[in-house]
Amino acid sequence: MSRLSAEGLTAGYDDRTVLSGLDLQIPDGELTVIVGPNACGKSTLLRSMARLLQPASGRIVLDGQDIRRWPTKEVARRVGLLPQSSVAPEGITVADLVARGRYPHQSLLSGWSTEDERAVNEAMTATDITSLAARHVDELSGGQRQRVWIAMVLAQQTPLILLDEPTTFLDIAHQLEVLDLVAALRSEGRTVVAVLHEINMAARYATHLIAMRSGAVVAQGPPADILTEGLVHEVFGVRARIIPDPDTGHPVVLPRSPTPGAP
Amino acid sequence: MRGLQARAGTPKGTLTIRRGRFSARTSVRSVTTIAVISAGVVALMVWATTLGSYAISPAELWGLVEGTAPQRVHTVVVEWRLPRIVAAVVFGIALGISGAVFQSLTRNPLGSPDIIGFASGAYTGVVVTLLLGATGYAARGAGALIGGLLTALAVYLLAFRRGIQGFRLIIIGIALSAFLDGINTWFTAKVDVDLALHAAVWGAGSLGAVNWTSVGIGSAVLAVLLVAAPEAQRRMRRLELGDDAAAALGVPVEPTKLALILIGVAATALVTAAAGPIAFIALAAPQIARRLTGQGASVDLAGSAAVGAALLLGADLIALHAVPGVPLPTGAVTICIGGGYLVWLLVRESRRERSTA
Ligand SMILES: Nc1ncnc2c1ncn2[C@@H]1O[C@H](COP(=O)(O)OP(=O)(O)O)[C@@H](O)[C@H]1O
Ligand SMILES: [Mg+2]
Repeated sequence: MSRLSAEGLTAGYDDRTVLSGLDLQIPDGELTVIVGPNACGKSTLLRSMARLLQPASGRIVLDGQDIRRWPTKEVARRVGLLPQSSVAPEGITVADLVARGRYPHQSLLSGWSTEDERAVNEAMTATDITSLAARHVDELSGGQRQRVWIAMVLAQQTPLILLDEPTTFLDIAHQLEVLDLVAALRSEGRTVVAVLHEINMAARYATHLIAMRSGAVVAQGPPADILTEGLVHEVFGVRARIIPDPDTGHPVVLPRSPTPGAP
Repeated sequence: MRGLQARAGTPKGTLTIRRGRFSARTSVRSVTTIAVISAGVVALMVWATTLGSYAISPAELWGLVEGTAPQRVHTVVVEWRLPRIVAAVVFGIALGISGAVFQSLTRNPLGSPDIIGFASGAYTGVVVTLLLGATGYAARGAGALIGGLLTALAVYLLAFRRGIQGFRLIIIGIALSAFLDGINTWFTAKVDVDLALHAAVWGAGSLGAVNWTSVGIGSAVLAVLLVAAPEAQRRMRRLELGDDAAAALGVPVEPTKLALILIGVAATALVTAAAGPIAFIALAAPQIARRLTGQGASVDLAGSAAVGAALLLGADLIALHAVPGVPLPTGAVTICIGGGYLVWLLVRESRRERSTA
């Protein structure tokens, strides 16, 4: 079953088409990871699925109807998105930033409810940032900061969560920290979609992998089934060998340089 | 206090207010600061009614409240002094709000209504009005309003490309303002001295010519803006996270930006039409409020409004009374006070940053 899908989706910017006629179903309850070279349209796809971008043709279907037919706030109560670039206002505290995720559940009169408070506390507990609540976001490490942003999306309490490159610019330890959190979200029953740059992280954490190139889906399925040397070459244009991880059995991609004799 | 409680479990210094279905969360420091500034403004207003060449004693003032004061006191306080005092507060609030909106929109602490070109356009509007032969207060106000609004519209349309980006807005606003300023200067140099002087007097910005009518109109426009302010604040807080993040939270990004620009322009317009350009309040108030309320994060409409009122009222009192018998243009004083205070703050802050770094 799929609550979120794309049907014949063509989308882009001005007269530049990025995605053309894309069909895709996000499987419920899975951790779907999207990989593909830079500028292949991953962010464009995520933005379309959160209704930030109007399709030129085709449609995004959310819970059985065209996403454009849902009221704006209703979309925001069902689909949460962490954009590739977000700005934390200078001097904002962790608690304040997380609290801003409650917007789609609030009205002008209802203001700040006990439910808002509970959601924010839960989001901070889940991301393990409760002890940072009063700190300024600018002072945190990259990994902590990314957990704060994820907490803001969690406070939105959406069953579907889209994360655009949540681990880019993080060192390896912080990548693992964030991805463990993302995997935990999925095991609590949420549907999570993440764009990742690091193919081996994708292979390790994804329960469903989508490989994109030039605005089209090249392959999708469980990483162990679809991740082949042919696919890596087709998607990234790189020769590689793939071996199973000696501990977990997940596929591991070992890229090979095209230059003979290079390391 | 019933319905007013600081809840346990919320971060320190946070205040949650509940009354029936209404509830809101804010910081204790921000509420206290705004209350103190507002009380200060009221005290300043009362004091201001007693200042001037006709001394009014506290007893006479109280007589006015009780309705037993002589006609002379009524004339001096209610007809001469009060319109100007109320105007300073109303216009200060408007400028504070306008500055906060533009700084939030451009995510730039130096954002101000000037970036939409309103002030330059208003000046050109007054110039054109004068060239057409109208020199009255109302005609000048109308000219300023039309010139300012047309310029703001032009800046908005030129800056619009698949949406409004703060940076584009600043660049186009600066370009168009520079163009209009050139026209304004050329006018001042070319036309006869009398007209040029008229324009220059208007361009200095003063509360000297306000009366109950212009204050009334300004207050009515401000009242409408204040109704929209709480929702504007809620959305500004989300837009500050970036357009995509705001949209993902369910904020209609472009309609909200347009509405914010309209609020900011209307707030500047109501002041400029009545008093000419009053510089620096819109720029300084949000930044001063931000530091006083400890809301490091974002510009705050209520705080900026309170600080704006205090700044403009204080500046106008100095303009009126600093040199006895020689009223200065309010706009000149606001530049000195607002600018001086802001520079002092920035210097102090950069020193502190360097010492902790
Ligand atoms: N706001 C935008 N305006 C114009 N072109 C854009 C915009 N965002 C992305 N693009 C273009 O669309 C293409 C796909 O971008 P994107 O979806 O961000 O790729 P990815 O996330 O896979 O790196 C790129 O060529 C990029 O330059
Ligand atoms: Mg991207």
